[in-house]
Parts: sequence; structure tokens; C-alpha cells
Amino acid sequence: MENKTESRMIRKGVIGRLLRTIREFYPVMMPVTIVCIAFSAMVSAVPTIFMQKIIAVIEENRGGSWSAMSGKVFSLVGILICFYIVSLLSALMYNQLTAVMTQGTLKKLRGKMFNGMQRLPIKYFDTNNHGDIMSHYTNDIDTLRQMISQSFPQLLISTITVVCIFCIMVYYCLWLTAIVLVGVVLMLTITRKVGGGSARFFFRQQTALGKVEGFAEEMMNGQKVIKVFCHEEESEAAFARLNEQLYNESVRANRYANILIPILNNIGNVLYVIVAVAGGALLLAGIPNASLSGMALNISIVVPFLNMTKQFVGAINQVSNQVNAVVMGMAGTERIFNLMDQQPEQDGGYVTLVNVTEKDGELTECEERTGLWAWKHPHQADGTVTYTKLTGDVRLFGVDFAYEEGKTVLHDVSLYAKPGQKVAFVGATGAGKTTITNLLNRFYDIADGKIRYDGININKICKSDLRHALGIVLQDTNLFTGTVMENIRYGKLDATDEECIAAAKLAGAHDFITRLPEGYQTQLSGNGANLSQGQRQLLSIARAAVADPPVMILDEATSSIDTRTEAIVQRGMDALMEGRTVFVIAHRLSTVKNSNVIIVLDHGRIIERGDHDSLIAQRGQYYQLYTGAFELE
Amino acid sequence: MIRELSRSIREYRKPAIATPILVSLEVVMECIIPFMIAELINQIKAGCELGTLLRYGGILVIMALLSLLFGALAGTTCAIASCGLAKNLRQDMFHSIQGYSFENIDKFLTSSLVTRLTTDVTNVQNAYMMIIRSAIRSPLMVVFAFTMAVLMGGRMAWVFVCVIPILVAGLALIVCRTVPLFKKVFIKYDNLNASVQENIKAMRVVKSFVREDYEQQKFDVAAQDVCADFTKAERILALNNPLMQFCLYVVMVFILSFGSYVIVTSLGLDLDVGQLSALLSYGFMMLSSLMMLSMIFVMITMALESGRRIAEILAEKSTLTNPQNPVREVPDGSISFEHVSFKYSLAAERMALAGIDLQIKSGETIGIVGGTGSSKSSLIQLISRLYDATEGVVRVGGVDVRDYDLDTLRNQVAVVLQKNVLFSGTIKENLRWGNKEATDEEMIEACRLACADEFITQFPDGYDTYIEQGGTNVSGGQKQRLCIARALLKRPKVLILDDSTSAVDTKTDAKIRKAMREYIPETTKIIIAQRTASVEDADRIIVMEGGRINAIGTHAELLQHNDIYREIYTSQNKAGEKDGE
Repeated sequence: MENKTESRMIRKGVIGRLLRTIREFYPVMMPVTIVCIAFSAMVSAVPTIFMQKIIAVIEENRGGSWSAMSGKVFSLVGILICFYIVSLLSALMYNQLTAVMTQGTLKKLRGKMFNGMQRLPIKYFDTNNHGDIMSHYTNDIDTLRQMISQSFPQLLISTITVVCIFCIMVYYCLWLTAIVLVGVVLMLTITRKVGGGSARFFFRQQTALGKVEGFAEEMMNGQKVIKVFCHEEESEAAFARLNEQLYNESVRANRYANILIPILNNIGNVLYVIVAVAGGALLLAGIPNASLSGMALNISIVVPFLNMTKQFVGAINQVSNQVNAVVMGMAGTERIFNLMDQQPEQDGGYVTLVNVTEKDGELTECEERTGLWAWKHPHQADGTVTYTKLTGDVRLFGVDFAYEEGKTVLHDVSLYAKPGQKVAFVGATGAGKTTITNLLNRFYDIADGKIRYDGININKICKSDLRHALGIVLQDTNLFTGTVMENIRYGKLDATDEECIAAAKLAGAHDFITRLPEGYQTQLSGNGANLSQGQRQLLSIARAAVADPPVMILDEATSSIDTRTEAIVQRGMDALMEGRTVFVIAHRLSTVKNSNVIIVLDHGRIIERGDHDSLIAQRGQYYQLYTGAFELE
Repeated sequence: MIRELSRSIREYRKPAIATPILVSLEVVMECIIPFMIAELINQIKAGCELGTLLRYGGILVIMALLSLLFGALAGTTCAIASCGLAKNLRQDMFHSIQGYSFENIDKFLTSSLVTRLTTDVTNVQNAYMMIIRSAIRSPLMVVFAFTMAVLMGGRMAWVFVCVIPILVAGLALIVCRTVPLFKKVFIKYDNLNASVQENIKAMRVVKSFVREDYEQQKFDVAAQDVCADFTKAERILALNNPLMQFCLYVVMVFILSFGSYVIVTSLGLDLDVGQLSALLSYGFMMLSSLMMLSMIFVMITMALESGRRIAEILAEKSTLTNPQNPVREVPDGSISFEHVSFKYSLAAERMALAGIDLQIKSGETIGIVGGTGSSKSSLIQLISRLYDATEGVVRVGGVDVRDYDLDTLRNQVAVVLQKNVLFSGTIKENLRWGNKEATDEEMIEACRLACADEFITQFPDGYDTYIEQGGTNVSGGQKQRLCIARALLKRPKVLILDDSTSAVDTKTDAKIRKAMREYIPETTKIIIAQRTASVEDADRIIVMEGGRINAIGTHAELLQHNDIYREIYTSQNKAGEKDGE
């Protein structure tokens, strides 16, 4: 019961919003399509009238000669052909338009989703399963395709057909119409019952499928461990249990869906028979007809009535065929709109980064790239603008932060890094090292305290400009499908080939790149699957180098690479750090030693700070870590 | 491929055969009904008795009920047959994968295996349902309906002979044009989705470099491309409906005009008003069945690719098999390599291991060091026969590893893999992987040896703490220690640690090694490590370089004579020495 009300909840509004969205995308095409569909549906109801007329002609002239009546028949057929041509043209038109509109709408929705997703805060990606986000683009969009291209037109056609035929029926004979109506109500009830059941079971089938998928994924990932422990039979047995469950649910769901069609078809058949018998009985008994047209009941009405019954039933069958598609489509649409409705990353910043020229200590803003940057700071109070040179001075004052309310992960952190200084963070997993970098480039906003960049509160700085002024090398290197050159250029889109190569040389990546089969033009795919871990790191260093920001955040990779590669990566990192303000998140202590200051974090608090020598002399936590007495990761 | 897949039908053969039979019966009923109705109408026109009328009505209702019964039964058997096939396919694939050797596993991506187990099976299931139900129903319907039309309408039925080829040709043309288009566009669609996935994963990079707009442009170009191709294919497919309507209209016009002529000229003998409406019914049945058939054809073509991917899994034979009369007892923990070379696949050019000769005594502790790509892991993977040596012989306890029962060998030679995995479940459940019957005491003992007990008891739920999928709720060092404990529970004769303490601090690392030396002295221990500190106290240390053994010796010997070892050692200990431990 709960499920039902829930799916009802979805129904409301979502369809309307989807239709409004389509109309927004296609302000002309959509109404035209609807008119074409309506036209086509109405025309398809017309032949019955002609059939009645022609049979009436035949019956009138029974025993007469063909030539006497051929004129009447041909003129009727002629008009019918005209109707048909119109119907065909509108059918052709709406089918084509629907195809274009469906794909266009999907494309635009995809684009909107993707665009919206780019603007979402990192928090969304940290708190949502990536596979789940992904399924908006695959499963959900797929359900929409079916709904827009088939369900919507079909529902419209069916509705119009039903209305038209109902009118004709009433026009001919009220008694028979009443019989058909009773049958239809019965069919609709069954559709709701069986169709609703089917939809519920399909949802359960999806859940069971999800479990199978989850289990399979875990086992496939651990397949080698399974082999090493000879655990094949156990995992197979566990899989069999989930598989059996899925089988049960899917048999139920499919059985419902499969049975619905024959049930409706044959209720239609029974209805057809009853109408025929009733019509015959009415004729035989000579009961006076009641109709809008006032026509007397005769065979020329009963025969087309039978056809109309078929059409009526057919239309309702079509509706019930779409029930599953519509239910699933609505759930998908709901999820898509949900993603699009997510609150985008807020940016109240108004301080921007501009190119300047310097003359006698005076900074002047200019258009062209000068290599000299400054913060442009408009003051709302007096309408003046001040320029502050970009130097890379970062200070934290009493910063508190919590990812979730009540679970503070940073407590009262204060520190500074003057231009060109190197600050290292050291501490156990969960001590808050990575959190600090999340705050510096405002992936998350701090709860309390202040962070200043070149003396400006970073909350006032436009996020995009702040991030331009901060480079970052993450511990998980993410490369993109494309050439090596394109991947390096990602750091600065207008970088020349020479600049990219220079950056690669600086990072120490040039050597291995030139040894790749096609050098800088080698295609990478699957996050650089064809490169080693160390090589991927070198590329990500090169990518950061080409961006050339005054402040860098280096998050060291945790995975163990061998000593030689590590030395090369280390040299790359060192070269990158030259002349910049650097924050290093250390996972191994080799990088830390020559830092200006080392900050030791524990449970979100700074417990020790100082340079290497003074910390060693202190014989505190750092000393313990350094001598390997304490686990560091 | 069909043969591979059909092997999974098994116990669901009966419903699979019953379905088409039931469907045929349903079709027969459905085709007779309009015929009877035509009779009924003619009876009415002729002014029959009410009794006759009711008799006809009764027969018709019974036929409709029979048709309903057959239809409903067919729906049920069809659901059972297709879902059953799907279940068996999934189980068979899973079974097949469980039998894979490491070499087989290396061939497939995890994600691709999962897709094959889920999406591909669903596609095949739907296509199979179509085949046993509609693919039989539609042609039958055409044949029956046509027969009935000829029986009733005589000459009139010729209109179908003219119209059907037009429809068939039109549909065939549409199918031929769209199928390759769809195939092409689905590949592009997959790529588009892959790039979305890449974007989601790399969101931190995208945002750090402020590349949101750039990503958007990239996406729009690809999406536009997919949209254009899809639209092209869909527009061709959208011709189906008007074509069908055209044929139906031709039939209607012909039957109404020519039909009137025949009725009038033959004075209702060859044809009458009742038959007129029946002919129209048959016409509609035939044409819609043909259209259905074309749709089924499109669907099946698309499912073929899924079927091929499934068959690939089923057909893949494990490259390692149990011998005929396997040895089920490992005498001791001695290991020997005799002229062993190894490469990961026959096609590979480079040997991963070459000319390995090595004797390890039972109970010895062996350290292995060397750079990435020096084939340290390859060497140890031959011992528990995770791969077979390409040339030469590997012996454990004096017996060729290929003569052992695989389970026996792997239970006695425990490997803690470099890329190790914990499974979702409690700590106890994870530990029991090593030994199903392990008592709590045994588990605690193994965890003490692996220095895991100390942190497990700190957890509020102790040994019943639930480990999340992938072991994300324990730290790297804790995970490694749990993996070691799990392997210790096997009580193996040979224990291999492949870089298994890299995230463990040096003190705990030393403690674990000490515990092993003291408590399981008779077990042969092989330790691969990046840190020389982890192997310093081993009986012998092997230095690997480029797939060959560069040197073997004790720490002191190697430090003196081996350049590679010395280089690794000094790079790691420079700092430590100066600051003093």
C-alpha cells in the first residue's frame, strides 16, 4: 500500500513538468505533433461511418444491379480515400516529428543534467555513489526514451480514438454503447489490478537485480582472493541464493505482464460476442433504438458497431501495454529532475583575478596576458577598486570544520604560508590532512574562522579565480581519454605544444613520453590504463606545472611504487615546488624533511609544528612517526 | 553461440516447448472467432431464432475463454522459461568464472564481467521471451488468418497476396537500414556514457582546474553526435507505422469497394455483409503480426551482441586443470624452481621470468626485493600454481605443482596477495575464509600473530565488527594485518606475503615477523617487500631484476656485493641513519 501511494506521489507533477520541458524545447514542433496525432486518431475512427453507409447502400439495393449503385459506392469510397490520404500524411508527419523530438529532448536533458552536474558542489560527489549518479545517464534516460517516443503518443491516440468512437457509438445506438461501456470498465479495473501488480513486481525485480549486481561486483573484484582461498563453491552458493530470489521476482513480474494482454484481448473477444448477440437479439425482438441520430437499428449499424468495439478494446489494450513503461519512465524522470534540481555550488565571491602591468609599483589592469596577475577587489561601500598583487600568501585563522553537523574534523586550525614557503601536513588516516586542502580551494566552506589568500578572505574570491590561483596534484591521478598532449594541456587550455613539453620536462615526464609508441600523441583511455602508476603521477604533475599557479597543493600518492620511480616522481615534485607556496600532504616522510614548517595533525588538531630538526629534537609524535614506531597512512 | 546458450535451458525445456504450443492453440482460437462471428451476423441478417443466436453466442464465449486460458498459460510458461534461462545463464557464467585461472581473469575487466552477468542476460532473456512467444505467434497468425480469409472471401483474399509483399519488402528495407545504424550508434552511446563516468570520477580535477565549461563543451559535441545518429535511425524506424497504415487502408478500400461489388453481383452467395467485417479483422491481424515480426527482428539482432558476450564467458576454458590422479598431500614446505621461464600469455613477446633455478628448504624465511616490473609477484604466483610455468618445473615438497590437487596445493601454500580484498561481512566471517571450522580461539591466535588482535579488540563490536565492501572502514595497515591473519588460519606449509605489510608501521612489521619466526618455525615464509627493513632478518634474500634472479644472499652479503640491493638500502636508510634510531 505504501508503495502505491509513493508511486502516486511521483506521478503528480512529474509528467506535467516533463511535458512543459518538452514544450520549452520545442515550442512549435510539440503542438504541431499533437495536432497531427489528434488528426490521425480522429480520421482512423471515420471509416466506420463509411462502412455503415456502404452497407446501408448494399442493403437498400439488395437484389438491384451493381451499375445502379456503383456511383454511390464509388463516391463514398472516394471520400474515404481522401480521408485516408490526410490520415497517412499526418501519421507520417507525427511519427517523424516524434522521432526527432524524442532524441532532441533526450539530448537536451542529458546536456542540462551534465551542465547542472558540473556546477554541483564536491559534497554531492563525495556523498553519492558514483554508479548511482551514472545511472541517471543510462537507465533513467533509457526509460524516458520509451515514454516520450511511444507511451505519450500512444496514450494520446488511444484517448482520442476512445472519445471519437464513443461519440459515433452514441450516435448509432445507446443500448449497445452501454454494453461496451460495462466491458470497458471491467477491462480498466483489471488493468489497474494486474498492471499495478506487475509494476510493483517489476520494482521488486529491479531491487533483486541490484543485489545480484552488487554481489557480482564484489566477487569479481575479489576473484583472485577467492581462488587463493579455494572459496569458489561458497561464493557460488551465495550467488545461487540471490539468483534464485531474482528468478522468483522476475517470474512474478513477467507473468503478470504476459497474462495481462491475453486477458484484455479475450475480454475484448467476449465483449465482441456479447455485442453481436445483443445486437441480433435487439434486431429480432424489434426493440426500438435509442440513439442521437434517431436511426433505426439494422444490420448496417450492428456490423460497424462490432468493428468499433474492436477498435475501442484495441485502444484500451494499447493503454495497458504502456502501463509498465509509464511507471518506470516516471520513476526515471523523477530521478532526472531530482539531479537537475540539486542546489548548485554557491559562489558569493566578487574578487576576481586579472592580468596587470606594473609601473612604478602601480598596478594597471589590462586585457592581454602579461604573466603578472592581481586580485581585483571592488569595494561596495565606496565604489572604489583596489588591486592586490597575486603572490601566494595563505593564512588560516582558527578554522573549524565539519562534514556532517556535530562531527567536527578540524578544530581551531591556524597556520600561515608566506610566498615560496613549503608547509607539510603529517598525521594518521582521518587526522584531517586532506580536509585542509578541501577547504583551501573551497570544495567545502569552513564553519568558523577565516582563510585569507594574499590577505583577502577567500569567501570573497570568485571560486573559479581562487582555483585558478591554486594548483593541485591529487593522490588519485585522474587522466582523461585523449592524447598525452591533451592531458597535459588540461592545465592551461591555450598552452602551446612547446609549453606543454616544457612542463613535461620539468615534471620529469618527457623521457617516458618520448618512449611511448606515438610520443605526445599517444592515445590514453580508461584513466591511462596503459601507463604505470608512476607515469600517471608524472603526467598529473606536468598538468599542474603547465597551469603554473603561485600556490600548489600536493597530495602524495599512497600506493607503493618502487624506490627508483619514486625518486623520479620526487624530482618532478621538487621541480614543481620551486618558487611556489606549497602545501604537501605527506603519506611518506621522505618529502617532508626540507619543508619550512611541518604540521602534525591528530584528530583534527595541530599537535606539533616546526621544522624537521626542531620536531626531531622534541622527541614527540613526529619523532615517533619518523622512526617508524607509528603507523602512517 | 546459440549452442552455448541453449545448454543453459536445462530444467526449463518443458515450459519452453509448452509455450509455442499453447500460443498456437491461442492463435487458432483467435482466428476462428471472427469466422464464427461472420456466421452469426449472417444468421442475424437472415432473421434466425433467439435460440440459435444464444447457441452461437455460447460457443463463442467458450472459445474466448479457451483462448484466454491458453493465452494465460502461455504467458506463465513463457515467463518461467525465459526467467529460468536467465537464471541458469547467470549461474553458469558465475560458475564458469569461478573456474577461471588467474590468466583467464586477467583477460576480462571486472566491470565487463558484471555487465555480462546483468544487462546482457536481461537482453537475452527478453529476446528469448520474444522468440518462444511472439516469433511463433506472428507467422502462425499470418498463416491462419490468411487461410481463413481465403476460406471465407475466396477471390477477395487476393488483395492480401498483393499487399503483404509490399509490407514485407518495406519492413525488410527498414530493418536492413536501421540495424547497422543502431549498432553504430550504440557504440557511440557507450563511449558517451564512459566519458560521463570519467567526468564524475575526475570531478575534483575538473573543479580544481575550473574546467566545467570545457567539459560541458566536450560533452555537448559528443552528445550532439549521438543524437544525430540516433535521430537518423529512429526516423527510418518511424516509417514503420505509416507503412502499416498505408497497407491497412489499401485493404480497407479494396474490400469495401470490391466487396460491395461481389456481394451485390453474387446476391450474397460468394460473400455477404458478415464476411466483409471478418475479412477486415483478418487483414488487421495479418498486417499487425508482420509489423510485430519486424520489431522482433530488430530486437533479436540487438540481443545477438549480448548473446555473443555471454557465450564468450561460457566458452572460456580455464587454462589450469586438475590432473588425473592428483596428489592430495603436501609432504613439506620445500620449494624448488628448475629452469623455469614464464610469460603471461602465449602471445606475449617478453618473458616475465627467465632461467629461474632456486632451492628453498622447508622452514626457511626468504626475502624478495626488486623494482617494479622485476617480476617478484610473478615468481611467487607460480608456487601455488596461480599460473603455470611456461618452461621448467616448479616443485613444492618435491612434487611438481601440476600433479597436486589444486585445492590441496592452495590450502598448503597460502598467498597474501598484493592487491588484497576483504569482503563485506564481519571480521569473523572474513577470517573464516582461511578455515571454515576455525574456533574463536584459533581466530584470536591467528590475529595475535598478525598483530591484528590489538586493534580488533579496540572496536566496539570486536570480532563481530562489520567490514564494509572493499574494507573501506579499516585503515590500510589494519586491512593488511587482517589479510595476513586470514591466511595464517589455513595453517599452511608455505606462507607467501606479497608486499603485505607496506602500510604497516615498521615496529608492528617487525613484531609480525618475529611472531612468525617463533610460532610457525616449520612454515616456509616468503616475503616480498619494498622496504629492505622487512627482509633484513630473512635467512636469504633474493634480488630480482628484469625477470631474473640477480643475486641471492644474506643481508650482510648483499649489502657488500650487490649494487642493486645497496642502492635500495641506502635510498631508504640515508635519512634514518643520520638522525639515528
